[in-house]
Amino acid sequence: MSNANGGTERHAIGVLVDNEAGVLARVVGLFSGRGYNIESLTVAAVDNENNLSRITIVTTGTPMIIEQIKAQLSRLVPVHKVSDLTVEGPHLERELAMVKVVGHGERRVESLRTADIFRARVVDSTAESFVFEISGSTSKLDAFIDLMRNLGMVEVVRTGVVAMSRGRQGL
Amino acid sequence: MTEQQMTGAEILLKALADQGVDVIFGYPGGAVLPIYDAIFQQNAIRHVLVRHEQGATHMAEGYARSTGKVGVVLVTSGPGATNAVTGLTDALMDSIPIVCLTGQVPTHLIGNDAFQEADTTGITRPCTKHNYLVKNIDDLARIVHEAFYVARSGRPGPVVIDLPKDILMGKGLYTNGKDARHKTYRPRTKGDPDKIAAAVELLASAKRPVFYTGGGVINSGPKATALLREFVKLTGYPITSTLMGLGAFSGVDPAFLGMLGMHGTYEANLAMAHCDVMFAVGARFDDRVTGKTDHFSKGSRKIHIDIDPSSINKNIPVEIGIVGDVASVLEDMLALWKGKRREPDRAALAKWWDQIGEWRKVDCLKFEQKGDLIKPQYAIQRLYELTKGMDAYITTEVGQHQMWAAQFYRFRDPNRWMTSGGLGTMGYGLPAAIGVQMAHPDSLVIDISGDASFLMNVQEMGTATQYRLPVKVFVLNNRYMGMVRQWQELLHGNRYSESYSDSQPDLVKLAESWGWVGLRCDKAGELDAIIARMIDTKKPVIVDVAVDPAENCFPMIPSGAAHYDMILGPGQKPKTVSDFGLTMV
Repeated sequence: MSNANGGTERHAIGVLVDNEAGVLARVVGLFSGRGYNIESLTVAAVDNENNLSRITIVTTGTPMIIEQIKAQLSRLVPVHKVSDLTVEGPHLERELAMVKVVGHGERRVESLRTADIFRARVVDSTAESFVFEISGSTSKLDAFIDLMRNLGMVEVVRTGVVAMSRGRQGL
Repeated sequence: MTEQQMTGAEILLKALADQGVDVIFGYPGGAVLPIYDAIFQQNAIRHVLVRHEQGATHMAEGYARSTGKVGVVLVTSGPGATNAVTGLTDALMDSIPIVCLTGQVPTHLIGNDAFQEADTTGITRPCTKHNYLVKNIDDLARIVHEAFYVARSGRPGPVVIDLPKDILMGKGLYTNGKDARHKTYRPRTKGDPDKIAAAVELLASAKRPVFYTGGGVINSGPKATALLREFVKLTGYPITSTLMGLGAFSGVDPAFLGMLGMHGTYEANLAMAHCDVMFAVGARFDDRVTGKTDHFSKGSRKIHIDIDPSSINKNIPVEIGIVGDVASVLEDMLALWKGKRREPDRAALAKWWDQIGEWRKVDCLKFEQKGDLIKPQYAIQRLYELTKGMDAYITTEVGQHQMWAAQFYRFRDPNRWMTSGGLGTMGYGLPAAIGVQMAHPDSLVIDISGDASFLMNVQEMGTATQYRLPVKVFVLNNRYMGMVRQWQELLHGNRYSESYSDSQPDLVKLAESWGWVGLRCDKAGELDAIIARMIDTKKPVIVDVAVDPAENCFPMIPSGAAHYDMILGPGQKPKTVSDFGLTMV
């Protein structure tokens, strides 16, 4: 039914799971086994007392596929809660990247100036290199990395998106 | 609560006994020797020694499907576990509750490529509802009880518990938690009242309604079956069933249109195509049922009850999707229907039944039995006629014989029909019959089989012999992989590539070599007498029925076609099958 109900949409989905062996494999296996897309996936323990991890998945699909993804995630036994942040009201998305830039003279200065504009921080520095740390929306990181490409960027690493709803309601 | 120091193997068996397990289907090996030692020293649980681990899984399925209880499998590490994978996948597809205990190398060797090591939890993750690796003996009892809860709750399915040998030999405490539930896994059973109300109104407004029911009704239990029958009687609406749902409603009731889908009846499929309100109950709109999805019953408004939220709107969008247990939702709907004194539109319904009557006149299951050569349909029809009053259970393998069995054997009650629907596993029927016979030692258990499928788990004949299980294998022998041959005839220009069963064993001698009774039938006139002999024989029996090798299974909706494009008989060739259709299985 990939062509049903119009075009594809991008959704950020928050998933609260038991922090146990194999849980990430279950989630990833579900996506690969059923042919769903993963644009990004992040996971970390968030509640040691109750042994919970939170996964943020950014995925694309038709509305029918997105509904399937949520239903399929919900029926995994160690999954506690599935929240479609994209439809459940306004939400925040943040990503963090580290960008290594090598250069001399004007290019080096220009990279520092650009970093300043983007509010990236210098977290490592040598006579001929910087490592910038930047966080923000995916598009902001894309823009920064695009500019750094011409300024001697040699390496980039990104966390993928973490997301949370705005307002007082918790997951 | 009892607490005492026990070995892991003892804890395991105690937990199984507390779960009410009376039989385990298994095969020993190095990693599970501690369990076998514990089995040797107790009497509460019987062990059935199978001949291949796949057989054990299908036996557990047959046991589970015919009793409504959880089936239990015990296999060793490595090849024991990998051999169980087909049966686990089969149980997952058909929503059969089984718990499979797999041995594992000791925890300190896991990941070292040890002898008979396999990443069992990794391999079985996509083919189980859930799985566990026990790393600490203190978790063992809880995990076993939780596994049974998960296997039978919500949409049932297979659960694997991987048991490292050091855990089985270590000492720990047993805590009885047989009523334990998973800490968060709570499938919704009660349907949403607003949707139930809307569903009742929509059903009451129908002019051309149809009930479309599936295996979920049977999984829900006897109450669901009774409520379904009451609902159909109350409304007077027609009802059709999937392969997995046969028996939930009586196959001899005039309201029953027969099975629907690829080899379903003309009237069932056309009723689905032309209905205005479709009421799907515990069925999942699988591709054997829908055919081409964008032509599937386009004009109807649809209600769907399913305990698995992911089944709703997966293949076919529905207007009212009710997540819940079939029995609970039907009970609420019936109460509302009666409370509000809803009445079906009798005039519209009479017209609808007239239309269905016209379709029935096509007599889509007709066949001609002439002369000695036995038509496979005739063989099943006679088997049905000669066993219909009896306490009988039917299993099947996969292929033409399976479809003919579904068409010609009329099930009046649930849990009497075990077949591999979703996965389509050849070799399912014989071990499933053994599992059924273990649960119902005095009943007549018949595996309707094909000559090719039968050989896929033929080794389990030894199991039936060892436990004196008088199962009957009724082989429709056409010397072909019949369904493969049929597709090659209809879709691949009669090129019968590798579908002929060369070098068949002599099934009568094969039967005798295992202490069974072997009967052969190659004349239509002798069929009744031979079936009667089969029924009267108190030992396991193979009946080798030589049937017309050219017979095809009709009606048939060719792959990728819509419901209204059925082929009704041998005179009719499929319309040109689209490229899309050819890619479908």
